[in-house]
Amino acid sequence: MTGKNPQAVRAGLKPAPTIPVLTSGSHLERLLREGRFVVTAELGPPRGAERAVVEKKANLLNGYVDAVNITDCQTSVVRMSSIASARILLEMGLEPVVQMTCRDRNRIALQSDLLGAWALGMKNLLCLTGDHPKFGDHPGAKPVFDLDSIHLLHMLKTMREEKKMLSGTPLEGEPRFFLGAAENPFADPFAFRSRRLAKKITAGAEFIQTQIVYNVDKFARWMEEVREKGLHKRAFILAGVAPLKSAGMAKYMKKNVPGMDVPDTIISRLEQKKGGSTAGRLEGIEVCIEIIEKLRQIEGLAGIHIMAIEWEEVVAQLVERAGLLPRPQGRG
Amino acid sequence: MIVARPKSFEDIKKLIQNHKKVAVMGCGGCVTVRSIGGQKQAEELAALIRLWAKREGKEMVVTEVTLTRQCEPEFIDSMKERVGDWEVVVSLACGVGVQCLAERYPRVKVFPGVDTTFMGATIEAGLYWERCVGCGDCTVAETGGFCPVARCAKNLMNGPCGGSQGGHCEVSPETPCVWQLIYERMEELGIGEELDGIRPPKDWSVRPQRMVMEHLRVEKKET
Ligand code: SF4
Ligand code: SF4
Repeated sequence: MTGKNPQAVRAGLKPAPTIPVLTSGSHLERLLREGRFVVTAELGPPRGAERAVVEKKANLLNGYVDAVNITDCQTSVVRMSSIASARILLEMGLEPVVQMTCRDRNRIALQSDLLGAWALGMKNLLCLTGDHPKFGDHPGAKPVFDLDSIHLLHMLKTMREEKKMLSGTPLEGEPRFFLGAAENPFADPFAFRSRRLAKKITAGAEFIQTQIVYNVDKFARWMEEVREKGLHKRAFILAGVAPLKSAGMAKYMKKNVPGMDVPDTIISRLEQKKGGSTAGRLEGIEVCIEIIEKLRQIEGLAGIHIMAIEWEEVVAQLVERAGLLPRPQGRG
Repeated sequence: MIVARPKSFEDIKKLIQNHKKVAVMGCGGCVTVRSIGGQKQAEELAALIRLWAKREGKEMVVTEVTLTRQCEPEFIDSMKERVGDWEVVVSLACGVGVQCLAERYPRVKVFPGVDTTFMGATIEAGLYWERCVGCGDCTVAETGGFCPVARCAKNLMNGPCGGSQGGHCEVSPETPCVWQLIYERMEELGIGEELDGIRPPKDWSVRPQRMVMEHLRVEKKET
């Protein structure tokens, strides 16, 4: 610790509350605290200013999921802002989870935008470090990374519980977000992943959405570590899932997406499927449903998070065929 | 040590083409060790410019000179009788040297002849790698002697991120994930549990940084 920053003194050492109290008024939080197996999905805002695109995607998800994550310029590609898109969802009666990365905003902009998000009615926040701009459509952009995801969580938790900004300045009205974080059980070093998860929970994460799971065995091993450390009792763990469209896509992801573990058995299953792209997609959906079924057997798992990137229309089918309908009503 | 790479001759030609009195100034510091901007390179560049000027039929007087260090006033001062002869100085020192010259001699145009890249180390002959960004608050004691500020693509204080795979950083398979190195080293030293604590946000001090060493200043006044 440097002793120079005022926030260093307070940095993170209080654990997140484990008592089932509703802090945010969020529908997602209520379902999780009631012990329901929740379903969330992801919506990527458009690469333009067209509100109707958000509405169209949101309509595909409406009624099939408990909350919808709105990505924050995922893979560093410029898209409509997550807060603005989340506001559109709220107006449509859906429950958004605002995603916020540390890639594009320093501590001033992060606090400012998130105060605004709360004022606009958003209640769930997923705190991410973010991808490097190198992967996106503006690779020369200056990466900010003033804070990391753990700092972001801790900052929001401190705002909620101590009614103070990162600087210690008192807030006129505090945001009380239900705080989430992502974790990638398939990144290295494997032995440190559950320890890093513990850091996120200590910093303030109350729910966790994981990287897409294809290797269920490895995920189950990670969940074992999570249970040994009692982390599933301190935060709700949602496993990420996504249907593959083809063997080609599976191979591409395995090779090019850092921390993506696609077992060869799945790739060869997709390869063996003859009959063009439709057959490939059907098999991909089949594989995904099987994964969801296996995941539901894992002790301590609180739900699934469907990341059907640019394939939002598949979500309804997946949820229905996995036997996860009807979704509980009563948002708001 | 400061690492730089030479600008292309094309770029240098563009900088000097409309001038008649050109000096190429090497530096005996870091850029000499790296064989980028020392006396030998200054001589070579000056020869190349002369050849080109001659071929193009340009009237150009090219001088070469190398200072022990271009970032120290006493060495820069030693040029004061000569700068009057030049319109342009192409400096082969790092960006610090270039600016020292420009500040000291406001009437001559000072152009960089190299691109200053980073503070780094020689990994093997011809391979240099960034190690420090001079953040002004060195905390590598907390990270096993490795610097996440300079060496993690996201400057993470609480890494590794989800993109760390097989010891490599997500930005390039050639770049080791420094957080993997930190983790391994600290486990090896038996202090791995220190990584379980949350390291606070970095204090990104005001730039440009300035440093005063009073005892040195007093001595100077007395002499
Ligand atoms: S923490 Fe890193 S960047 Fe800062 S002084 Fe130390 S080595 Fe240099
Ligand atoms: S892979 Fe490692 S070095 Fe690269 S950004 Fe992530 S933590 Fe930093």
